[in-house]
Amino acid sequence: MASVETAAVPAGAGLGESLRRAAEAASVPLGSLVVAGLVFALFIWAVAGANPLEVYELMYTGGFGSWFSLQNTLQRAAPLILTALCTALPARLGLVIIGGEGALVLGGLAAAAMGLALHAASPLIVQLGMALAGMAVGAIWIALAGWLRQYRGVNETISSLLLTYIAIAILNQLVEGVMRDPASLNKPSTSHIGDANMIGLIPGTDVHWGLVFGVVACVASYVLMSHTTFGFAARMVGGNVRAARMSGLNVGLLTIVVCALGGAAAGLAGMVEVGAVHGRANGSLAIGYGYTGILVAFLARQNPLAIIPVAILLGGINASSGLLQRRLDLPNASVLVLQGIIFVLILAGETFYGRIRLFRRKEA
Amino acid sequence: MEGELGLWGIPLAIFAGAIRVSTPFLFVSLGECLTEKSGRINLGLEGTLIMGAMSGYAISYLSGSPWLGVLVAGMAGMLLGALHACICSLPRVNDIAVGIALMLFGTGLAFYLGKPFVQPKADILPAVEFGWWSDIPQVRAALQVNVLFIIGVILAPVILWFLRSTRWGLILRTVGDSADAARAMGYDVLWVRLVATVAGGFLAGIGGAFLSLFYPGSWNESLSSGQGLMAIALVIFARWNPMRCLWASLLFGGTAALGPALQSVGVTQGYYIFNAAPYVLTLAIMIATCSPRRNLAGAPGELSVTK
Repeated sequence: MASVETAAVPAGAGLGESLRRAAEAASVPLGSLVVAGLVFALFIWAVAGANPLEVYELMYTGGFGSWFSLQNTLQRAAPLILTALCTALPARLGLVIIGGEGALVLGGLAAAAMGLALHAASPLIVQLGMALAGMAVGAIWIALAGWLRQYRGVNETISSLLLTYIAIAILNQLVEGVMRDPASLNKPSTSHIGDANMIGLIPGTDVHWGLVFGVVACVASYVLMSHTTFGFAARMVGGNVRAARMSGLNVGLLTIVVCALGGAAAGLAGMVEVGAVHGRANGSLAIGYGYTGILVAFLARQNPLAIIPVAILLGGINASSGLLQRRLDLPNASVLVLQGIIFVLILAGETFYGRIRLFRRKEA
Repeated sequence: MEGELGLWGIPLAIFAGAIRVSTPFLFVSLGECLTEKSGRINLGLEGTLIMGAMSGYAISYLSGSPWLGVLVAGMAGMLLGALHACICSLPRVNDIAVGIALMLFGTGLAFYLGKPFVQPKADILPAVEFGWWSDIPQVRAALQVNVLFIIGVILAPVILWFLRSTRWGLILRTVGDSADAARAMGYDVLWVRLVATVAGGFLAGIGGAFLSLFYPGSWNESLSSGQGLMAIALVIFARWNPMRCLWASLLFGGTAALGPALQSVGVTQGYYIFNAAPYVLTLAIMIATCSPRRNLAGAPGELSVTK
């Protein structure tokens, strides 16, 4: 295992060194993606008897082929970007948080509640209030997992997923109970926040502002994590907790704050879903954006900037599932299978870092 | 009195639930216990459970034999377990992350392959009637015990004996406590972990078959919601002891039956909240039993989840 040293850039490494690392960071996931594509093609061919080329062509058409489908894809990418941050930010501390779905659901619920409470105010105030409420509740939810990890030693992966199930139960309880709009018969929902209070579209497109929120959040996360002392401290905790403690960092506080930031991003995703898509909180919030977000984060190797293209790619794959179903009669879940295969192979690809000769540092 | 149990219906329903609902918990936790004792955690058992439920149901429908379904469910679990073990055998691959990936993969695959089996009715597993002495229908219903539950109850002490008193059990525990020591003694660590993970997958697959072939006894996409994951948390609570896994599974089964039990006597308020009781209980138990400072008693030394 002598090749592990490539994980850290030695002081004074030149431009060539950082280029080499960037090439490695990009090519290993791309290689995994290609292999995943081949495995899925084999699966589709063997199980469904469909022509894999046709499937991929439809995926491209459904996700990126026209201005209409591209906008649909970008629409779906927005919550994925935000929920991916919920996994990627804590990952810098070495935590594996998979509770983005729960933070999204509760964030959406809180945003709807705030929107209804403020409905008489001016739209800007309502939207601001909704965003703050969603982010605050999401932040608390994931910070809880971080707190439990730090002060009670509870594994954050398990606790964050349990918290997701609890969040969905709270949503169902409230939208079927006290917050239910009596007019919503088939699908219990809260009342509508009002058309005037909805988040609008980016001018000239059919894409809502949620995409911009996501991109801004990613850039801000990148700056925070890579160019501030706070980010340096967080990465230090992720690298070596004991060393971080020795140098006087408040590890507990850092953990909770970073988890809260991740949770706030996922909560904002819930607010966007309510404020830009549904207009009310209901079971449609829990349709798996949080889970796909985990995959986005891992595929982007927990890098906030890489999250944006990866989320768009997976948003496109998701967007094409309807077309696959209509044209080739493939089940909805074929997208889930593809995502699962990608996830497994991306992780298997981890083993190649620092082991490909082309990318290895030249020994002096 | 017949049929009119009043409030006695609640403890009875919880008791019945403890027996019925606990079986998947029991099988998954026993399987996970074996895997974790070898020093590796498989969070993918949630996906394995769903895959087992789907394949068991599908095979029972196609062949007409629910027991063949159980066997195939176990084999599907073994395949997923082998996949987990093989990927984790690669250097520098994180077992927790692979578990999450397999959770999503297993779920997606089961939904995909199981799509044609949502409608048809498959033959389900027979139950042993222990309630013949009673005239009360609820008591009879409560005492319909599935054979898989009995097998699970027998399996718990057998696994305990295997881990404590056999040579193979000792090798497994050595690998789990110190891979270096095991390597020094000449055992192949990756091979032992592969076997332990495959065995764990087999048991989890059978747990899934119970879901679709006995209780609730049908296949649909909302069949499992975190039972596999709760069972993994339950192993930590049970301190990696198979007998304690049995008691903990019964406790969880009873808690999971709380919502339906209250509903059966007419308490409909807070249905979803009572249904969330097992998750809250799992979390509460983890908070109560874990500690940030010391390692848990009985925890395998190589296990990443307790570090």
